[in-house]
Amino acid sequence: MNLVVPIKLVPDLVEELVIDASGARLDPDALRLKLNEFDDHAIEQAILLKEKGAGQVTVVAPDIEGVDDALFTAAAKGADRLIKLTGNWNNGVNNHALARVFANFVETLRPELILTGVQAHNDLDGAVGPQLAEHLGMPYVGYVSGVVVFDNKAQVRKEFPGGLIAEMDVVLPAVLGIQAAEKPPRYVPISKVRATMKTAKLETFPAAELETAGAPTTVRLFQPETGARATMLAGDADAVATRLVEIFREQGIL
Amino acid sequence: MNSDIFVVIEHLRGQVSDISYVMLAAARGMANATGGKVIAVILGHDVETLARDLAADRVLYMEHAAFADFSSDAYQRALEGVIKEHAPRAVLFGDTTMGGDVAAWLSTHLALPLVSACRTFRADAGALKFVSQICGGKMMAEGDLPAPTTLVLMVPGGYKPEQGRAAQAPELARVNAPALDDLRVTVKDYVEPAVGDVDVSKEAVVVSIGRGIQNQDNVELAEELAKALGGVVAGSRPVIDQGWLAPTRLVGKSGKAVKPKLYLALGISGAPEHVEAIGDSEMIVAINTDPAAPIFDIAKFGSQVDMLDLMPVLTEKVQQAKGL
Amino acid sequence: MTIPTITNPSFNETFYASLQTPPTGERVRTCLQCGMCSGVCPFGYVMDFPPGRMIAALRSEIFDRVMKSDTVWMCVACYACTEVCPSGIPLTEKLMARAKEELILSGAVPAELQLALENSQRYGNVLGQSPRKRADWTKGIQATVPVFGKEKKSAEVLWYVGDYASYHPRVQTTSRAFAQVLNALGVDFAILGSDESGDGDSQRLAGERGLFEVLAAKNAQAFRKYKFGEIITTDPHAFNAIKNVYPTLGISFPVRHYTQFLAERLEQLKPLLKQPVNGKITFHDPCYLGRANNIYDEPRALLQAIPGAELVEMSHSGKTSLCCGGGGGGMWLEGFQWEKAHTRTSEWRVREAIASGATTLAVACPYEPPRFEDAVKTVREASGMEVRDVIELLVESMEQ
Repeated sequence: MNLVVPIKLVPDLVEELVIDASGARLDPDALRLKLNEFDDHAIEQAILLKEKGAGQVTVVAPDIEGVDDALFTAAAKGADRLIKLTGNWNNGVNNHALARVFANFVETLRPELILTGVQAHNDLDGAVGPQLAEHLGMPYVGYVSGVVVFDNKAQVRKEFPGGLIAEMDVVLPAVLGIQAAEKPPRYVPISKVRATMKTAKLETFPAAELETAGAPTTVRLFQPETGARATMLAGDADAVATRLVEIFREQGIL
Repeated sequence: MNSDIFVVIEHLRGQVSDISYVMLAAARGMANATGGKVIAVILGHDVETLARDLAADRVLYMEHAAFADFSSDAYQRALEGVIKEHAPRAVLFGDTTMGGDVAAWLSTHLALPLVSACRTFRADAGALKFVSQICGGKMMAEGDLPAPTTLVLMVPGGYKPEQGRAAQAPELARVNAPALDDLRVTVKDYVEPAVGDVDVSKEAVVVSIGRGIQNQDNVELAEELAKALGGVVAGSRPVIDQGWLAPTRLVGKSGKAVKPKLYLALGISGAPEHVEAIGDSEMIVAINTDPAAPIFDIAKFGSQVDMLDLMPVLTEKVQQAKGL
Repeated sequence: MTIPTITNPSFNETFYASLQTPPTGERVRTCLQCGMCSGVCPFGYVMDFPPGRMIAALRSEIFDRVMKSDTVWMCVACYACTEVCPSGIPLTEKLMARAKEELILSGAVPAELQLALENSQRYGNVLGQSPRKRADWTKGIQATVPVFGKEKKSAEVLWYVGDYASYHPRVQTTSRAFAQVLNALGVDFAILGSDESGDGDSQRLAGERGLFEVLAAKNAQAFRKYKFGEIITTDPHAFNAIKNVYPTLGISFPVRHYTQFLAERLEQLKPLLKQPVNGKITFHDPCYLGRANNIYDEPRALLQAIPGAELVEMSHSGKTSLCCGGGGGGMWLEGFQWEKAHTRTSEWRVREAIASGATTLAVACPYEPPRFEDAVKTVREASGMEVRDVIELLVESMEQ
């Protein structure tokens, strides 16, 4: 079973986001990038599937700063092939372009199952997964939190609002948007990652030309208005509790 | 160019979801600017019930056995033809576990632009602009809504669902469904949320706990407080994922939306996935030791005291107040 | 002569052999099975395999059973077992840390600990805060805190601040107090700011040695960029790492804990201590200052220099001090350990402080103020007990 996991890096929200002089982009110098957390779950799910049966896991990523760490970590967890797609990624790239690049390359791997993060916090033109599925002529199911593979189909658990979970059959080959792996992504000790860096090979392939059509153009970025901020209650727990009881009374809650 | 705004109605097991009404409210403003109509699109059966309070000028509907459950494959194929035929100015989908599976596929398939995480629209000298909420709610992106047709995935928060409801049922127009054989995505079964549990979306007081609860034993403190206030305990993603509360108590994007008189958020930071589900609360009170927690931006009252200190004291004081 | 070779050593064998590295490792073979280690361990009673039984398991080649138990994570690396071992076996450093290392390698890491380790990897601090904001605690305070590379290229003292002292709101208070003391004594010092990374010692003793080495290398790089006479730190864990373990990685710099540094300047300090601090004070010996490094007198000398202060001792003090529960990964296993034990050593400790008649619990480690203050809130009879770092008490006495 050939499992492919396309991943991307996103701004780390621990750092402050700075808008650049154009007003329409985040200042790349202030950004720190990290693996999209849903892609981390997709990697974990792929490795769990590999561990349950035969299979090879290939992780594919655009060749940008910080991606080597993400790829080697994936290898230390159990990924078999690490692939970087080289291209002009400097100005950032939208998901429409990324999906085309992924589709173009991933096709050559003849995957039976493609797992990718269901979304990323900086998606502005939809998620990569369903677009990739369409390019490859495969079905897509997103918000998946459990996958079993047998014969030529995947049985997936998809979450709906309100706690309802649907068990669905998806004909393979398919693309799944992973919301959560069956188990949280595992920890790999640094010693293992370092050992992997010495043995694992990073393969590079040129990315297809970036074709950005299909995404909107951001004209302006701005911080959300925080106008009506909460009235902060001062004092210790006792003082706050006393004030809250008064407020609950005024509002007719008590 | 067609100036109509299409809204793909999201429904699950006979219930129209709130996001659909939010989208209808948004669509009305857009249609006013474009001079077009608001057209709701329903894929399903028993359409008359689903459509009865939609604030739309017209409803296009398709009936097919394949729509009994949600299959991305069926939705994609069915909507493809409708969008191609009418080429409306915009097609709105919920940026949800359902709409997300469909819109991006259609964008690629029909070579139509797609805007996701859209919260509001505005008209600027006749041009429609979108405002999307990205980066965990820390950044807003604004741009022109590409013409002639754009697909949009909408998040809640920008419009009130009541504005998408109408007293009168709209006019219905049936559209033939395409052939939907050999679906590659099919629902086999449902795993029901635990039966007999309370429905947090219907409670007047919700005591909601987040990461700050620290461990399972502390959940009892929240239960006691909720009991004193005559409400129930709910939680955000991390608490449910730990198994400290049943999945039915999840408030957020993949859980329930609530509208209580009091939403007491304890140790909840206020990620957008959570915030979008509590916007209709009458009063939000947030307790969080982090002064920069985004929850304070939407709460009416807040405090930085430690929730673990506050819960027992507040429980006692509420009990006293009730005894008086 | 042919040397017999074992082609397939069992896990039990390789693990046992890995403990027996000189200079002290081979002592593991001298274990008497006296059980003192298990008896003195604050959580020995909840462990399936406290240290003595672990060694017994190794000898009977059933160590795989130890690896199946998650109670190894109850170890708070407090050195109590090492202190009492009549055979001088390095139980904390070798046996327990190695067992945790194997658990981490096998992927059995409690979620809370995993988050702390991931934060350390990614941000260089366990709190998962922006490394760029490491010196933000110095903003808007009265004391002057120069940063290497900005205000200074060289200084007599490099103050290694540490993770909690940089980012934790409660411990930042201690950092500010120390800055005040350094200013008052006219010490030529600077901090590393965003060049500093966590010391990694507790990560090492929680079984993540590779991470410790990466953090040590980053700190070494920062140390080598600037000229300074010695390193001073308010953190006993950092002190232990830089003093005892960094040198084994070829990173050698003179280092002292602040209590040593200030005790040496006691005569200069004394005239500044004008305000009496009334009430009885008891001192909690931090594990990594006391048992791990034999520093017991200096903090007490500082406390005794405070006018009005009366020093009393708890039932466990000095070498027998009872751990706050934060070491060896305990800081990041709060929920896990609570679920196993339903008690906290910090709460026992606060009860001991009350029993000693003290009204102030003095500490000298950044793990302690938040832990003991939490315990004061949950132990009913403890209300009113003050938890203060020694530096904070000095500053109170210095204030006009």
